[in-house]
Amino acid sequence: MLPAFAIEHVRASAEQAEIRLHGRLKLADAAPLWTELRRMEATAARGHRLDFEMSGVRRIDGGAMALLAFLRAGLQRRGVTSEFVGADEQVQKIIHLYGGDVVVARLRRRRPIGTLDQLGRATLGLLAEVRLGLAFFGQMLISGVGLLRAPRSANWSELPSTMERSGADAVPIVVLINFLVGVAMAFQAAAQLKRFGANVLVADLIGISVCRELGPLMAAIVVSGRSGAAFAAELGVMQVNGEIDALRTMGFGPMRYLVVPRTLALLLVMPLLTLLADGAGVLGGLVVGVTSLDLTVRGYLNETARVVTLLDIATGLFKSVVFGLAIGLIACEQGLATTGGAEGVGRRTTSAVVFTLFILILADAVITIVFRVAGL
Amino acid sequence: MSDPLVKVEALTIGWDGAVLVKDATFEIERGSIFVILGGSGSGKSTLLRYLVGLDDPLAGTVTIDGLAPDQAVPARPLFGVMFQSGALIGSLTVAENVALPLQEWTDLPLDAIGAIVAAKLRLVGLERAEAQMPSELSGGMRKRAGIARAMALEPDLLFLDEPSSGLDPVSAVELDELILGLNAQLGMTFVVVTHDLESTFKIGQRCIMLDGESRSIIARGDPRVLRDTSEDPRVHSFFNRTSQGVTP
Repeated sequence: MLPAFAIEHVRASAEQAEIRLHGRLKLADAAPLWTELRRMEATAARGHRLDFEMSGVRRIDGGAMALLAFLRAGLQRRGVTSEFVGADEQVQKIIHLYGGDVVVARLRRRRPIGTLDQLGRATLGLLAEVRLGLAFFGQMLISGVGLLRAPRSANWSELPSTMERSGADAVPIVVLINFLVGVAMAFQAAAQLKRFGANVLVADLIGISVCRELGPLMAAIVVSGRSGAAFAAELGVMQVNGEIDALRTMGFGPMRYLVVPRTLALLLVMPLLTLLADGAGVLGGLVVGVTSLDLTVRGYLNETARVVTLLDIATGLFKSVVFGLAIGLIACEQGLATTGGAEGVGRRTTSAVVFTLFILILADAVITIVFRVAGL
Repeated sequence: MSDPLVKVEALTIGWDGAVLVKDATFEIERGSIFVILGGSGSGKSTLLRYLVGLDDPLAGTVTIDGLAPDQAVPARPLFGVMFQSGALIGSLTVAENVALPLQEWTDLPLDAIGAIVAAKLRLVGLERAEAQMPSELSGGMRKRAGIARAMALEPDLLFLDEPSSGLDPVSAVELDELILGLNAQLGMTFVVVTHDLESTFKIGQRCIMLDGESRSIIARGDPRVLRDTSEDPRVHSFFNRTSQGVTP
C-alpha cells in the first residue's frame, strides 16, 4: 500500500530550505517517512535554516509527530534553525503536545565511569554484602539467645511442615543421587583396584569417602537447590510485596518468625538426610562390587563395617549440621535482602544458590583439613 | 449513537458458575471518554479483562471495530491497555518497556524508536526516568509509564484501569488533563475504570455504573446528569458520597 503522505525538500537558497509535508502522517508509515527525513536533514549545516512546512498536513498522529519533533530538536542542537510553520490549528495543538515548539537546550555530555571507578564500586558492593551477611548472622545469634529466654516467641507451627518439605520430600532425590554417585565411584575405582587384585578395597574407598565427604555434600547440594532456592524466593516475594514490613509493624521480627523455623528445620533434617545418603552411596558401591568385582554381599559389608568408624560417620554428620546452617542462613539472608520486584527475586534466588554452593565446598574443605590436622 | 467503536452485547462474566456481571449491553462511541464506575468488588476491573479479551465470557459478545478483542490482527493491536499497577516488565528499563511494542509491531530503526519513546515519556512527565527500572519508580510513575507504553503504537482506543488511584492530587489532575488533551487533539477513545468521582466528572462523557449486589449495570449516561438527577438511591449515594444507612 502506498503511504498516505508526500514529502519534498525545497531549497530557497544555499543556507535556507524547508521540508514540505503533505497528507496524513501516521506511525504505520513512519519507517519511509523517517528514512526520507533523515536524508533531508543531513544536508543542513550549522548556521543554516531548515523549517518543516506543515500547511499540507491533513492529519498527524503522535508517533509521526514524535519523530518530527525529535529531528527538529536534533537540528537545533547542531546549530541549525528549525521550526514548524504553516500548521493549521489542530496540527499546531499536536506540535505543542509533543514539544515541537519548545526551545531546545543543548545536551550536556555525561562523563563516562572509569575502570578504576567501576572496580571501586564493585569492591564496595562486595564489602557491603559481606557486612550484611555478618550482621545477619549476628542477628540470628541474638535471636537464638532470645528464643532460649522466650521459646514461645518463635513461629514453631511452621517447623513441622518446613521439615517435611525440606526433609521428607527430598528423600527420594537424595537417595537416588547418592546411590548413583556410589555406583559411579565404585566403577572408577574397580578399574584401578582390579589391576592390583585389591578388589575388596573398593568397599573401603566408598565407605570412607561417602560417609566423610560425599554423603553430606551431595545431600547439602540437593537441599540447597530445593529448599535454599525455595526459601530465598519465598522470602523475596514476601519482601517485595511488603509482607515483611507488615509483620514488623505487627511486632513479628522476621528473624524469629521466618528465619529461625526455616534454619532450624534444615539443622534437624540435614543429619537424617546425610545418614540416608551414606546408606545409598554404600549400596551403590555394593551393587558394583557384587556384580563387577566378584565380591559377596557379606564380604563387602564386613569390609565396610571394619573400615568405617563411628568417627567417620560423626564427621559427616557434623558437616551436615554446618551445611544446614549455611543453607538456611544464606537463603534467608538473600531472600530478605530482595529489592526490585520479580527480577530482584530471581536475582536473589540465583545468588542464594550460587553463594551457598561456594560456601558448602569451602566449608567442606576447611572442616576436612582441620579434622585431618587434629587427627580426627 | 453515531459511530460505536466498542459494542458489548448481553455480556455475562464470571467463573466457576459464579456470575459477576450479567447481561451487560452498552456501546462506546469513537472519540469519546467512557467511564466504568462502581463500588469495590462490583466487577469493574474484571469487566475490563473481558473487554480486552483476556478472559472468555460466560455469555454475550464484545467487538472492537467489528472484531473480537482477542482476534489475531495482522497490522498491530487494536487497542492499548494500562493495568492498575502499570504492569511494567520488571527486567526492562522504563524506556525499554515503552519501546517493546514498537520493536514488535513496526519496522522502525532503533533511533526512530528511541525518539518516539522519549516523546511518549515526555508526554507523561517521565523524561528523566528513561533509564530507571520499574522497581525504582513510585506507584504513580509506574502508572504513567504504563500509559506511555499503552499509547506507543498510537492506538485509537486506550483502556485505563484505575489510572488515578494512588496518585497525589496534582499528579491525578495532570493525568486527567493528559487524557483530555489526547482525546481532544488526537481523537483517542478512552475507556476508564475508576471510582474516582472527581476525575469522572472532569473527563467522563458517558459512563455505566456497576452494582455488586444486583450484578448488573444500574445506571448509564452522562455522569454529571446522573449525579444531579438519578432517583436510584444506590446511584445517588454513590455519586453524592452519602451513606445508605450503614453506621459504624
